[in-house]
Amino acid sequence: MFGYILRRLVSTIPVMFIVALIVFLMLRLTPSDPAAIIAGDNANAQQVEMIRQQLGLDKPLLVQLWVWLSSLLHGNLGESFFFKKSVTSLIADRIEPTLALAAFTLVIAVAIAVPLGIFAAMRRGSLLDRIVMGFSVMGFSVPAFVIGYALIYVFAIKLQWLPVQGYSRIANGFEPWLRSLILPSLTLAVIYVALLARMTRTSLLEVLGEDYIRTAYSRGLTPLQVLVRHALPNAAVPIITVVGLGVALLIGGVVVTESVFAIPGIGRLTVDAVLARDYPTIQAIILLFSFVYVMINLIIDVSYTLLDPRIRY
Amino acid sequence: MSDILVVDRLTVELPPGSDRRYAVEDVSFSVAPGEIVCVVGESGSGKSVSSFTVMGLLPREVKPVAGSIRLEGEDLMNASEKRYRELRGSRMAMIFQEPMTALNPVKTIGDQIEEVLKVHTQMSQAERRARVMETIGQVNLPDPDQIVRAYPHQLSGGQRQRAMIAGALALDPALLIADEPTTALDVTTQAQILQLIAELRARRGTGVLFITHDFGVVAEIAHRVVVMQKGKVVEQGLADDVLNRPQHPYTQMLIGAVPSLTPADRKPLDGAPVVLHTKNLRKVYSSGGLFQKKRVVEAVKDVSIDIRRGETVGIVGESGSGKSTVARCVARLIDPTAGEVAIDGGDYAKLPERALRDHRKRMQIVFQDPYRSLNPRRTVAQSMIEAPVNFGMSQAEAMSRAGDLLDLVHLPRQSLDRFPHQFSGGQRQRICIARALMPQPEVLIADEAVSALDVSVQAQVLKLFDEIREKFSLALLFITHDLRVAAQICDRIVVMQKGAVVEQGPTKDVFAAPKHPYTQALFAAAPGKQIGNRI
Repeated sequence: MFGYILRRLVSTIPVMFIVALIVFLMLRLTPSDPAAIIAGDNANAQQVEMIRQQLGLDKPLLVQLWVWLSSLLHGNLGESFFFKKSVTSLIADRIEPTLALAAFTLVIAVAIAVPLGIFAAMRRGSLLDRIVMGFSVMGFSVPAFVIGYALIYVFAIKLQWLPVQGYSRIANGFEPWLRSLILPSLTLAVIYVALLARMTRTSLLEVLGEDYIRTAYSRGLTPLQVLVRHALPNAAVPIITVVGLGVALLIGGVVVTESVFAIPGIGRLTVDAVLARDYPTIQAIILLFSFVYVMINLIIDVSYTLLDPRIRY
Repeated sequence: MSDILVVDRLTVELPPGSDRRYAVEDVSFSVAPGEIVCVVGESGSGKSVSSFTVMGLLPREVKPVAGSIRLEGEDLMNASEKRYRELRGSRMAMIFQEPMTALNPVKTIGDQIEEVLKVHTQMSQAERRARVMETIGQVNLPDPDQIVRAYPHQLSGGQRQRAMIAGALALDPALLIADEPTTALDVTTQAQILQLIAELRARRGTGVLFITHDFGVVAEIAHRVVVMQKGKVVEQGLADDVLNRPQHPYTQMLIGAVPSLTPADRKPLDGAPVVLHTKNLRKVYSSGGLFQKKRVVEAVKDVSIDIRRGETVGIVGESGSGKSTVARCVARLIDPTAGEVAIDGGDYAKLPERALRDHRKRMQIVFQDPYRSLNPRRTVAQSMIEAPVNFGMSQAEAMSRAGDLLDLVHLPRQSLDRFPHQFSGGQRQRICIARALMPQPEVLIADEAVSALDVSVQAQVLKLFDEIREKFSLALLFITHDLRVAAQICDRIVVMQKGAVVEQGPTKDVFAAPKHPYTQALFAAAPGKQIGNRI
């Protein structure tokens, strides 16, 4: 087990290296010049060239890559082209809202989706089942920004229950913090709920057809006892798997949602950095996202061993 | 004493659109305390539906519509779901066919047995624990302290079924329903489980309703027998009467179809040339590697078998003996680790796939489960002509050959345009056999090819195998766990245990005087030896 975790951790190194390489090269392939953007519309060619030299963009590609990778190895994510700050401090400033948003979304999504999936499975073919499944198709198809603006219109503008936009740091009080998170989290959760409810239903239906469910009934258990003691523990592995894979959706969704709700998090930073061609920041954020994704899936793989005694590493 | 269970003129209706209106029609039987009543029948006879109706575990769409069920005098047909739940597990309990899937894989054995006590009694945790240990001891599971903490996958098949029985009997129910409880087990394990059920019944006076398709098992344990066909009881009576003097033609046919343990007379084949030859065949599976400890499993050890033209050689053994692995190596579905496999002297054990292609048509295989070995989206013709057309036969020629082969396996030629789901299990197995014959193989491998079939169908398919072997002078490698089947179809048998051949010889000799202790144990465990030797 320990050996397994160690192996997985070691194997993240090549993964991260490949991600780093791809990100670096992809950015250099984009048809745009960070120096020109920083210099502004009125700058002359000489000024742009000077900025380019300052940023080190005049050097050959391989040299740039080498400089970046070696500073990465020293734990230095580099200096932002655009914000004139170290990328590390830039990310540190912006991480709280994103973490809060992601965690809150995860909780909401699981809390809504799993019961929905269970109800749908238990009442297979019923009206409720069809409503849940219909909703999940919708959840997949409607883009996050549409849902976001719809929620803002109803709950913030018409009903005025919640703030329209913005983020209140947790240091400024718990309630405003929570209120500022509800709409963005719901927006972000929709697609996650759709995915998870569907997976819960499928996985539970499969388990409910198993022989040991019949055994449980034959021993006099109530349907609720059968569900809680026998069906759910067995359905958990595929559900948890999807929770992990869904983190990718969450990462993509954060970027859009933070823009819609004007939340100063990593998602917004991503958009700003991309618009400014701020290479070091974009590179760092993508590395961070992939690292988080790899780690979450490692945690999930390890959690299988708790859920299913047959799985041993 | 009065009967524990009385089922009187029970009729169970199937949902509209089923192949018949009633799953069970006008069925009556009873079980007395300490009595084992066997309900026998082929698939679709309604034997399982009857037992599930008693337990109140029918799927929602299937409903009892007439008759009565009384458990210890109490009417169950009008019992509430709540009352049913109180009775299940406490007054009546059930064990199932496949102990691996009937136990929850993520809960310990101890938890699963204890659950019955939790649901039905007010016992304290300590009392429950004590009862669990006691019950585990009663079903003769070794080392109860370890068993309670074990998960199902850590036990053997026999141990799992014992654990199921422990859970069923923890509250000393009046009625135990056993639905094919030994069908998935090896013959030696089966003998032990049958003995356990008989013992527990004698000790506790439990009435047992035992569902089975196997007359050998019936002969071992039944006091009374109920024979069912297409939802109706055709005959019932004392075991001795039904087995020895069956009255109904269907019962007579069923018992007559059970293959005898006495080997059939077969012509010796001494002069015929050897077609299939394996020498020191080995298959080793290894897992692990760089970081983990390497685990090596020797599935097949030094197996040397010769089969002559027109000869049937059977490999018999229990699960894990390596018999199917041998078949797969011979068919080169898996690659042997070492040794020779040759047809007519041409060794192909190590040939790469490209060079192997020409050999493929010389050996064909028929699998166990005819429901899964035919592609459901292809017509019979498409399935049949695929191999010969791949090997260059023209479409028209292949079609005409497919038609001829369907004649040979006694299926109408119109079957060519139909899909597998339109056929019964026995018919599908005929199609599989015809498909295997398409590329004109010299060696035909049958891997448990009659094990999934009802006994009456099994007899016909066995006869078919013999016919085609003779007609095409095939070398037939017949893998089976069933000694009765082996006795009837094999010229020679090879007994395997744990990957190695422990004994081989002419069927007659091995059956008359088994030499190896394992072969002797296999024969000793075969249930109902007298069955099939009469009529």
